[in-house]
Order: sequence, then C-alpha cells, then structure tokens
Amino acid sequence: MSNGQQTDGKDIDVAPGDEFEGDGGIAIRVTGYVTGLGLAILLTATSFFVAGTNLVWQPSIPVALVVLAIAQMGVHLVFFLHITTGPDNANNVLALAFGVLIVVLLMGGSLWIMANLNHNMMNMPMDQMMRMQP
Amino acid sequence: MSELSYAGDDRDILLGRDGSDRRGQAPAPVWSGPASKRIVTGYGFWIFILSDIIMFSAFFASYAVLLNQTAGGPSGHQLFDLRHVVFETALLLSSSFACGMATIAADQRNTIWFQSAMAVTCVLGLGFLALEANEFAGLVARGAGPTRSAFLSAFFTLVGCHGLHVSAGVLWLLTMMAQVFAKGFRADISRRILCFALFWHALDIIWIAIFTIVYLLGSAA
Repeated sequence: MSNGQQTDGKDIDVAPGDEFEGDGGIAIRVTGYVTGLGLAILLTATSFFVAGTNLVWQPSIPVALVVLAIAQMGVHLVFFLHITTGPDNANNVLALAFGVLIVVLLMGGSLWIMANLNHNMMNMPMDQMMRMQP
Repeated sequence: MSELSYAGDDRDILLGRDGSDRRGQAPAPVWSGPASKRIVTGYGFWIFILSDIIMFSAFFASYAVLLNQTAGGPSGHQLFDLRHVVFETALLLSSSFACGMATIAADQRNTIWFQSAMAVTCVLGLGFLALEANEFAGLVARGAGPTRSAFLSAFFTLVGCHGLHVSAGVLWLLTMMAQVFAKGFRADISRRILCFALFWHALDIIWIAIFTIVYLLGSAA
C-alpha cells in the first residue's frame, strides 16, 4: 500500500489505522476485516446470550460481560484499527496505553470514591446528614 | 533551521540504509528525517480519539455512580428493550465493516467501490441513528425523559453524546464522498479518509462499552 508509507526502511512508523503489509494484496486485507467482523459477531452474540440466560451461574454474568466487551474492543483494535505490537506501531501503542491508564484511573477512582462515600454515609444518623446540608 | 540541518544530514540518512537486510533486527537508531505527513496527521488524530474516549469514560463514570439514583422512577431493567439494542449493534458493526471496505477501496484508488462502500456505511449509520432517536422518543413519551431522575440524565447524556458523535460522523462521511467526487484521491483527501476511518471505528468501540455497561448490565441487574 500505502499513501506516504515508505517501505524502504527509511520510515519505521505506521500511521494509526494504516496497515503494514509486506506482500499482501486486496484479498488478504479483506480477509482481515472479515475475520474481525466474524469474531466481533461471535463475541456480541455471546454477550447478549449470556445476559439473558439462566444456564450460567448468575453472579458470574457481570464479570463475563465485561471480559467479553474487553475482548471485542481488542478485536476491533487489531482487525479494524490495525494497532499491532510491531516496532512500527510503538508510538500508537504507547499513546493507547496512556489513554487506557487515564480511563482506568478516572472510572475506577470515581467508583471507588463514591462507593466509599456511600458506605460511610450509610452509618450516619439522619439528623447529622441533614445538618451537613448547606 | 530544520531545512538547513536536514540538507546536511543526507549522508547520515544513507548510513542506515546500506542495502543490507535488517529484518528481524532492531531498527537502527538513525535520524531518518521527519515522519511523513500522513503519519503525523494520523498520529495527531489518534491522540484526539484517545482524549475523546477519556471524555466518554467520565460520562461512563457518572452513569455508573448515578445508576441507582432513580428518584422513585423507572430503572434500566424496566426501560431497556434488548431486541432494539441487538439491531442497533448489528447496524453499527456492519457499518464499521463497510467503512473498512471503503478504506481498502481508497488505498486502491477505486472510486466506484469507495463511493458505494461509503454509501452503505452512511445508510447503516443513519439506520442506527433512526433506531436510537426512536428509542429516545419512546422513553420521553413514557415519562422517562432526561429530567425524570439523575439516572436518566446520565443515561441520556452518555448515549446521546455517542449519538451526536455518530451524527457528526455521518456529516463527515458525506463530506468525504463529495470531496473524493470533486477532487479525487489526492494525498490530503486520503489523509482525511484515514482520520474518518479511525473516528468511525472508534465510535464502534465506544458502542461496545455502551451496550455492555448500560444495556446488558442494566437489564441483567
């Protein structure tokens, strides 16, 4: 391919979303997208099945759904956005890793703090809670 | 400045590419000039997408915190219709796939395939938006609008923000079709197509989080 991507060894980076292909043609690229679509359909169908079924142990369902969602995000990243572990993708992966770190801190931190607050307010007598309001 | 030193460094660039096969080895630490414009543009847009995802994560966090604050109103379990969500997911996923086909066609400079794949992407995206608008209108008609409770405010903010992104994506998509029609696959147009594809695929990734956290966990709980 591609548009501004020199393969003679001068450029060692690939733009995010661009595919580095040594000798693959259109057929190989289309196969990549079809594989991604198939895996995504499989994971989505599993998610919806697990959410509505009585066949699995109920407390495991939320964990299973989260795991399936993360797996499907991985499928999208690899097959649709072409984020790989190759050296030409190091910058893209590092930016992604930093983004994931912030997302985890933001969501995990918010949930942790709010759960903690809820827990502590639970034991507070009602009149004390009233007095705390401005 | 860079112009000057760059011209003088031509010999250094050549040092790294002496024709020997360097596959399997670490790339030689040689200053090989500035990255191509396509890489710089794509990387910058990648940073934007990641910050957009961080913004969404704030909405997800507020939704999770306000999940049980229904103010005596309906909860997600009573409101969400999963059959609806299956169709929305299928439409968005297949439009992501069609967008991938458009990317390949753009790389091959194939105008007919590009325009048809983009048209399919557009129709599927509009179908998604129609389903979502229908769902929102149904909720508001049942008295479960964004003003009913903190839970519903957070729900409409999160899912509506994704819907706004898809709407903006559809406008961008139509712009790209028009630009390819008018100007062909120039280098700058190709860069915009690259960025659009990144944007569209990223929206699908955010939708995965929405249908899992909002709809599936909401109706399972």
